[in-house]
Amino acid sequence: MKLPLRFLVPALAFAVLVAFFVVGLKRDPGQIPSPLIGKPAPDFSLESLGDPAWKVGPGDFADKHWLLNVWATWCVGCRQEHEALLAIARENRVPIVGLNWRDDRALALRWLTQLGNPYVSVAYDPEGHAAIDWGVYGAPETFLIDATGRVVKKQIGPMTLDIWRREFVPLLPAGEAKP
Amino acid sequence: MIPELGHFALVIALLLSMAQALFGLGGAARANFAWLAAARSAAVGQFVFVALAFGALAWAFVQRDFSVLYVATNSHSELPVFYRVAAVWGAHEGSLLLWSLCLAGWTLAVTAASGSLDAPFRGRVIGVLGLISIGFQLFMLATSNPFERLVPAAPEGLDLNPLLQDFALAVHPPILYLGYVGFSVAFAFACATLIEGRLDAAWARWTRPWTLAAWLFLTIGIALGSWWAYYELGWGGWWFWDPVENASFMPWLAGTALIHSLAVTEKRGLFKSWTLLLAVTAFSLSLLGTFLVRSGVLISVHAFATDPARGAFILAFLTFVIGGALLLYAWRAPRLKSSAAFEATSRESFLLVNNALLVAALSLILLGTLYPLFMDALELGKVTVGPPWFNLMFLVPMLPLLALLGIGMHAGWKRGFLGNARRALWVVAAASLAGAVLIGAAVYADLRPMTTLGFALALWVMLSALVIPLARLRARQALPAAVLGMAVAHFGVGLATFGITGVQSFKIEKDFALGIGDAASIGGYDFRLTALRDARGPNYAGVEADVVVSRNGEAVTVLRPQKRAYNSGGNPLTEAGIQVGPARDLFAALGDDLGQGRWSVRLQYKPLIRYIWLGAILIALGGGIAALDRRYRARLPARADEGAAAVAP
Amino acid sequence: MIRAAALVACLSISTVAAAVDSGQRFEDEADQARYERVIRDLRCLVCRSESIADSNAPLAADLRREVETLIRVGRSDADIYAFMTERYGDFILLKPPVAPRTWLLWAGPALFLAGGVAIVLIVVRRRVRIARTDPAALEEEPDRL
Repeated sequence: MKLPLRFLVPALAFAVLVAFFVVGLKRDPGQIPSPLIGKPAPDFSLESLGDPAWKVGPGDFADKHWLLNVWATWCVGCRQEHEALLAIARENRVPIVGLNWRDDRALALRWLTQLGNPYVSVAYDPEGHAAIDWGVYGAPETFLIDATGRVVKKQIGPMTLDIWRREFVPLLPAGEAKP
Repeated sequence: MIPELGHFALVIALLLSMAQALFGLGGAARANFAWLAAARSAAVGQFVFVALAFGALAWAFVQRDFSVLYVATNSHSELPVFYRVAAVWGAHEGSLLLWSLCLAGWTLAVTAASGSLDAPFRGRVIGVLGLISIGFQLFMLATSNPFERLVPAAPEGLDLNPLLQDFALAVHPPILYLGYVGFSVAFAFACATLIEGRLDAAWARWTRPWTLAAWLFLTIGIALGSWWAYYELGWGGWWFWDPVENASFMPWLAGTALIHSLAVTEKRGLFKSWTLLLAVTAFSLSLLGTFLVRSGVLISVHAFATDPARGAFILAFLTFVIGGALLLYAWRAPRLKSSAAFEATSRESFLLVNNALLVAALSLILLGTLYPLFMDALELGKVTVGPPWFNLMFLVPMLPLLALLGIGMHAGWKRGFLGNARRALWVVAAASLAGAVLIGAAVYADLRPMTTLGFALALWVMLSALVIPLARLRARQALPAAVLGMAVAHFGVGLATFGITGVQSFKIEKDFALGIGDAASIGGYDFRLTALRDARGPNYAGVEADVVVSRNGEAVTVLRPQKRAYNSGGNPLTEAGIQVGPARDLFAALGDDLGQGRWSVRLQYKPLIRYIWLGAILIALGGGIAALDRRYRARLPARADEGAAAVAP
Repeated sequence: MIRAAALVACLSISTVAAAVDSGQRFEDEADQARYERVIRDLRCLVCRSESIADSNAPLAADLRREVETLIRVGRSDADIYAFMTERYGDFILLKPPVAPRTWLLWAGPALFLAGGVAIVLIVVRRRVRIARTDPAALEEEPDRL
């Protein structure tokens, strides 16, 4: 049975399309990977949430790994991940720095008092400039920065202990847990 | 109880679909007339039970039965009854049931009206439709059951998405689905033809009205969606090249090409394999759209709750149906040759070009829609293909198409004899160019090359479309429905082009911060905010503003934009205040409350925008008129002789 | 979870007081035109079917403000797009960049057109050749039933 090849073109094109869809189903088109990965962490010098006279910035954490967690009191996912953050803070492996994004200072302080404070310090970013420099588009987001000051990982969405162990801990240098 | 009966009815419907497929295809293969008759009965039965299932779901909504999960998620006790019914198709599960109902409906119609067809052929058509029905019903029962119970029952529902609590959007899905799903008829016909390995022109004449009807619904459905987006979404846009919009536009383009290809197959017995491929493609794109909306592979605000597991099911179904049809095509289409000929400037030639351009257009839309997926799958990063790309690229096939449309309408069959039309066309061309320049210069005081081209092409198509009917009327010749329909539809294309050119070239959109007494001005009109008051509805509360519009000191109208917060959820919605005029729309929408009595107000001046939808309505109307042509209503004798097929040696 | 929150943001009044006065920002008309054009070319990352010009989301307002600031300090359009893509990647541009990975995208429509024209020429030539050699074929019509 002769089969002129050109009649197979539609079927073949469709097969290619299906192959892409199969791969596409496994991916999330909404997750925008950060272009900052591998690059130096964007600098900022913002007022501390608790004390406006005090300034917080990436420079405070040179030479060690640290987490930057973007959060706000209006963010539902931040409420969800708060327990996990507290647990991670208790592990004492990396300091967690908060970036309070477009929030009300008093509300944010009350939140931390009521729910517990996993942060070693919190930068207050009511205008959102620093957040934009970090490519933040939705809270919560968490960044891991290494000892050379480069961003190595970004988590979009609530942090969980599972994600922490599977994806972040392997990136930490061994033996940083302190008593 | 009723929901369980509905569920049960759906199960029965699935069994009947299976019977329909089995007896239809099997009966044709074995020339078993008892089986073929059983297939027809199964088709009728399937419709009855799908309708019962649909009715049960509608009943659950009307009765506010919040023990049904789907009802609890999409309805509310204060929801007006009209929207309670519309909520049936407001989300994923129910919309599948609507899909299935439309399919069952078209199947019933085809079964009832196909008495003149060859029995085995008819069986194959019904059988293929049965296979598709199985897919949707199985999908529902396995992964997306609309009748799932919520235990304990919710005290109150989550309310229908406020965006959907609008008349146009309530009717938009049924009309759209009638269109999408209607292409399954042509698809089934194509498959049956390919299975049998022969195609005669009677097939084309039979398929055309069904295709026109489906295409007509799709045209209206798309236009409704566009119009709704304009007045409801608050930023005055009417087309976003959103993946789901594209998912409806691509089948429309394929359907348009199909209608035109059918014309050639009907008249000259030519382009058989093209026509069959287009018939398969149009419905395949409909199915593809269903996949894209529900699988999560693309980002879209239209998307239903996305779920990759459901996506996998649909993909498997798609692969089976479309892949099967395309393999069938590859196997059988080479046999379908025709020996007719035509000259280079004949209507056949123009229609071929027309279809090539339409297919190029739908291909580029497919490329742009899926490119982010391609890149992501190949780990090349994330990219956005947005309106700037689409708006530019769509012109590539469209500009030539509009230009050639004006001539192609008049080209004669076989030899391309333009005749008296030639002189008329020169006049039309001159008038179009002059008109475009005149409009640009005199009305808008702005003569831009693309704008002038747009107006010129629009006028060219409109005037050219009028030439034939006017000539015939003047010569007191008959004007068959097909010819009139064609003229009306093509005129509609020109009119829509006119509107698009106007609004894209000359629209003005600006935001202003206004307090009571403040004014702003755009497009020669002055807008003054004069009042703000509470606005209340059955299930919402909000704010309404009075915006007094004047021009040169004379009052024009008062626009009343609203911002509503629905009782059930905290999603405030904007209802724009719009004044419609023959030359422009004036548009005001409330943005954010800026505090201290000031609001952000979006003001827009939209010239000629109404003509876009008016053009679309004329396109649909033209299709409807053409479908009523006498030659489609004549009863066709059953195909008796093999000689009807044209098989080249 | 993020999607639900995003949808609420896309449809809601901004919960944090943001200056959403995105109207006339510049005295200079050229700057204003540039501003309006650039904000229409950037995608809102929250309400993904809209540009930051159209979107109600707070992030869109913030990004509009950044664009305004950048124009005020005299940065070019290219600089502004680079600023955005450095932070958010190519995703934020509504018009895809022209780069090797997008050549197929940019060339596609023209290729489709060319392909269509080629097929048309092949088919038409074949039929015209038949017409020349066999006049009966030119008249041929299927039986009208």
